[in-house]
Amino acid sequence: MKASDAIVKCLEMEGTDVIFGYPGAAVIDIYESLQVSPIKHVLVRNEQSVVHYASGYARETGKVGVCIVTSGPGATNTITGIATAYMDSIPVVVITGQVNTNLIGTDAFQEADMKGATQPFTKHNYLVQDATQLPKILKEAFFIANTGRKGPVLVDIPKDMQEQKIAFDYKDKVDIIGYKPTVKGHAGQIKRAIQRIKAAKRPVIYAGGGILSSGAKEGILIFAEKTGIPVINSLMGVGGFPQDHPLYAGIVGSHGYAYSNEIIGKTDLLITIGARMSNRSTTGFYKLNPEIEFIHVDIDPAEIGKNRGYTLPIVGDAKVVLRSLIEKAEQMDFTAWIDEIQELKDHHAPASQESAPNGYIHPVDIIRYLSDNTEEDACLVADVGQNQIWSALNYQLRKDRKFLTSGGLGTMAYSLPAAIGVKIANPDRQVICVIGDGGIQMCIGELAVAREQNAGVKIILLNNGKLGLVREMQQDIFGKGHTAAIDLNYQVQFPKIAEAYSMNGFEVSSFDEFQKVLDQVLKNDEPCLIQCNIHPDTRTLP
Amino acid sequence: MKKHVLSLLVENNSGVLSRIAGLFSRRCFNIDSLTVGTTEDEALSRMTIVVTGDEQTLEQIKKQLNKLVEVIKVVELEPIESISRELVFIKVKADNATRSNVIEISNIFRANIVDVAKESLILELTGDGVKIEAFMELMEPYGVLEFIRSGATGLQRGSVVLKEK
Ligand SMILES: Cc1ncc(C[n+]2csc(CCOP(=O)(O)OP(=O)(O)O)c2C)c(N)n1
Repeated sequence: MKASDAIVKCLEMEGTDVIFGYPGAAVIDIYESLQVSPIKHVLVRNEQSVVHYASGYARETGKVGVCIVTSGPGATNTITGIATAYMDSIPVVVITGQVNTNLIGTDAFQEADMKGATQPFTKHNYLVQDATQLPKILKEAFFIANTGRKGPVLVDIPKDMQEQKIAFDYKDKVDIIGYKPTVKGHAGQIKRAIQRIKAAKRPVIYAGGGILSSGAKEGILIFAEKTGIPVINSLMGVGGFPQDHPLYAGIVGSHGYAYSNEIIGKTDLLITIGARMSNRSTTGFYKLNPEIEFIHVDIDPAEIGKNRGYTLPIVGDAKVVLRSLIEKAEQMDFTAWIDEIQELKDHHAPASQESAPNGYIHPVDIIRYLSDNTEEDACLVADVGQNQIWSALNYQLRKDRKFLTSGGLGTMAYSLPAAIGVKIANPDRQVICVIGDGGIQMCIGELAVAREQNAGVKIILLNNGKLGLVREMQQDIFGKGHTAAIDLNYQVQFPKIAEAYSMNGFEVSSFDEFQKVLDQVLKNDEPCLIQCNIHPDTRTLP
Repeated sequence: MKKHVLSLLVENNSGVLSRIAGLFSRRCFNIDSLTVGTTEDEALSRMTIVVTGDEQTLEQIKKQLNKLVEVIKVVELEPIESISRELVFIKVKADNATRSNVIEISNIFRANIVDVAKESLILELTGDGVKIEAFMELMEPYGVLEFIRSGATGLQRGSVVLKEK
């Protein structure tokens, strides 16, 4: 069998039904083989977005997202996407073409050392030097990407490797001697964890993205209810716990809720599950009582103790560890603590409506309206910047709703391709993309993909004419009126751009108008863009 | 901060050394020395890495190394339960007046003379860090022209082996 056919066959056997890519000479054979495959190919408009599409697909389906690009410039264009997936532990396999093996190292036309370039931010990567190894390598790549702590794996395939004839032998088991993730939590540690919980007065569960990637949403709910312990999320953990639940205690971090950061300061037992104690999330933790008991559950042993000392480590998959914890847990009574938390919540209760100057809408009102009017299983994908913070803090995650964003690397232009990826993976889900006028201009061409694929993503463009979050930072640090290099001066008429891509575009400048337009567009499943005019001075922080 | 000697069993793939070295540079861990060679099983290589750091850094280094797919096992070589040696070549000035002194000291240290020239000698010495430092110090006054150290390499004592995990 031709090796390029074998590559496509491997993808089919891994259950891949959509692959996102951009062709070129170095992958032309694989594209030829794809022609006769049932796998659907989505042509992105810039490789910069390709991994984000695959990331949206992966986060929606729980399967590995797959993308394919040519060598050299095609491959280097994927780098930000790969690093983004790495920081957020999203399983993707990136297939890059490479120049012929005899040209590697000669600075040949369109040659780039992708194995070297992506070493620091792939979970693992391969350069194929023996075509007969291709099936084994691809099998391993999928396995590594979607087990243990998930992440991106790159497979760099020289063109001559794709052209060879090989025997197709696809094993159904993988055995990598150096890669055996610990899934089950140590029984003794589980027992000790329960003892510490019993001894605690003000315990808090700090739940991260690991809850979502291990499918432990149900587990954490049962555990929290059984023990009566409140749950705080990290940004990546948003959506992992129902936000209308009495035990929900908000989001921590530099852009979390003030009350959540206060709760963290009062706790005597912190149970971190699937969160990596990142510097952004733990800014509120400086108030932590130094005597605190700290249980850290993570599938990646290296996360335990990396940023903070621990008192009790448990290495294992969040879902599996939670199952063991639930088994041993007893009903406990922390009502005094829950009441105290409720008081803090009430004290910080937000205003019912925000005020915006005439001719503008307050973004918080927009997100709240989305929260009240989108489906109970809608998926909101937020970009990076002020729009991300407003979304995370005001869109209520209940039932089967999802919230996706680039939490780790904070990559602008993530949300549009990721949202389209979600919609392509699951056309039945209502998908909302929230993005700033800076972010969308980094990926504007992807509007074409939304149209062409009939991916009915509703793009909520928070248009403030600025790189809003940078403006806010500049003013906080350097003083009011001080701004530099953040004006997106030339007012772009985004609805016209949408129309040029054959989709409906709207511009709204008051909350009333927004409500009307949204009500109308939510009735159909067409992609559309709503430019919402936000006053440039609107802040995320009070 | 203490020096620690780590012994690693890794897959003998192209690029594995740069992956490991890259991990150290990316995370700002310092390598004092690194030696590598194939093992009795040619699909595997053994590395000895000497690092300086506190306990927390050491724990992170071990955990991060273990995360690499091609790393099969990492152990710390404790001085009592392991042996480790380093090789040095020292080119030292030695003319008629000083040659016999240099040779005498070399004999005491069981260093080998591997090259003799009119004005200099090259001495070969194997030993642990302390022995090598001591020898170098004694050679210093004669004029060390240049030297090269291999970095430490080591094994656990007794019948324990770095088994697959
Ligand atoms: C690729 C990339 N470049 C730069 C930044 C730095 N950055 C963070 S937020 C931000 C402003 C984003 O502006 P916009 O997209 O208009 O969103 P807003 O903050 O106004 O909601 C910038 C430039 C980034 N996060 N990602």
